[in-house]
Formats: sequence, C-alpha cells, structure tokens
Amino acid sequence: MNIQLILFFVLAAIAAVTSVMVITRKNAVLSAVFLVLNFFALAGLYLLLNAQFIAVVQVIVYAGAIMVLFLFVLMLLNTETEHGLFVDKRGIKFFAILISAFVFVQLAFLIFKGNPSRTLTADEAASINAGTIQTIGHHLYTDYIIPFEVAGFLLLAATIGALVLAKKKFE
Amino acid sequence: MSAVPMEYYLILSAFMFCVGVAGVLIRRNAIVVFMSIELMLNSANLTLVTFSSYLGNSIGQVFVFFVMTVAAAEAAVGLAIIIAIFRNKLTVNIDAINIFKW
Repeated sequence: MNIQLILFFVLAAIAAVTSVMVITRKNAVLSAVFLVLNFFALAGLYLLLNAQFIAVVQVIVYAGAIMVLFLFVLMLLNTETEHGLFVDKRGIKFFAILISAFVFVQLAFLIFKGNPSRTLTADEAASINAGTIQTIGHHLYTDYIIPFEVAGFLLLAATIGALVLAKKKFE
Repeated sequence: MSAVPMEYYLILSAFMFCVGVAGVLIRRNAIVVFMSIELMLNSANLTLVTFSSYLGNSIGQVFVFFVMTVAAAEAAVGLAIIIAIFRNKLTVNIDAINIFKW
C-alpha cells in the first residue's frame, strides 16, 4: 500500500458516499452541502491524476460559483422538505433504482472486460506535463481558439438569459 | 500514478454517473434533480481527466474545461427557469409542473 493508493481510496470513498447522500437527503440544503464535499473529493482525485489546473478550476467554478448559485436559489425559494424517498410511487422509484444499478453493472463489466490499463502505459513525466496550466493554455489559445471564443459567447448568452428569465415580469 | 489502476477511477466515475441517473429519476425536487445532473457531468469529467492523464495527452483536460463552461451556463439558466416557475406555480415539485404533459 503506497500513499497514492491510500489517498485514492479515501477520496473515492468520500466521493461515493457523498454522491449517495446528495440524492437521499430530504432537505435540499443538506444535498447541496454534500455536493460541495463531493466536488472537493473530486478535486483531490484530479490532483492525484496530475491534473492541477482542472483541480483548481473544479474548486473555483464548481465548489465556489455553481454551488453558491444553488444555495442562493434554495435560500430564495425556501422550498418545503420532501416527505421521504419511498412514501409515494414506490414501484416507479424502485424500478428507477433497478435500472441505474443495471446500467452500473453493465459499465463495470465493460470497464473490466476492456481492461484499459493493459494497453495504456503512459510515463509519469508526460502525465504531469499534460496537466500543467502551460500545456492546457497553449492548446486553448492555439488549436481550440474558436471553441474558446464560443464558450465566452455562451457564458454571455447564459448571463443575459438568466437575467431575462429571472426578471420580475413574466407574463 | 501507475500505483492506482485506471479501472478504479473508471469504476468510481461509473458509480457516480449511475447515482446521478437514479437521483434524476427518483427525486421530485427540481433543484435536487439539477444537482444530480451536475453529479453526472462531474463523473464524465472524471473519466475524461483519467484518460487524459493516463494517455499523457492534455486534450481531454481542455474538453473538461469546456464541459465546465457549459455546466456553469446550464446551472445559471436552469436555476433562472426554476425561479420563474416557482414565481408562477409556487412549487418546485416536478410532479406539479406538468403543463407540457399531454
């Protein structure tokens, strides 16, 4: 057991447990808090994968901006808590869980059958180099400059759209 | 890095995706449904970063950057839509929001 494996198991356990907590809590605010924990665990996993830039952006954008947006909306709407997961429509919900479990079994089967670590043997240096902000920035501003500009335009459109939709008058 | 087999990351990602799918299907609060969608987007991001890191190729991480941009835009517009619906119907329960249902 080396340190990377231990770190992976700790972070993966946090991510798995919090993701289940997100969908099982009755109170939506608790769901949001567990989602923040999940995002932090994912940021740790990204660091473990030598993706420094993505880890930092994960914390800033997801755990910072998006979750603040979620919590603000929860605070504004002040929704009632749900009665519990299995009080009504038990059949449909049980069937939904069955379907997602089936999808998970399929995915796990394919992953183990494909056995990707047998064919992929990247060296550590290439992996570290791939995750630096220098490499990603170089790709973003040369090969992917048009998608980058489109992403900026998309954010502008989303800002205007959110303003228009959430405005007081909606007749 | 080679200490952790690649399959472990992929299994974790598949698990988080399926939890997100289950959340979308069983929860009735529209905001929690949105959180489940974020969960699914994040699991896809984890897969992309895993392959990018193990291949030593940073294109996957560039794509994760774009996924995050779209997720931010989607969260902003979606929550604005939820606010607009709440203003009209005074609920975010998706069983009550069925005016498009034939």
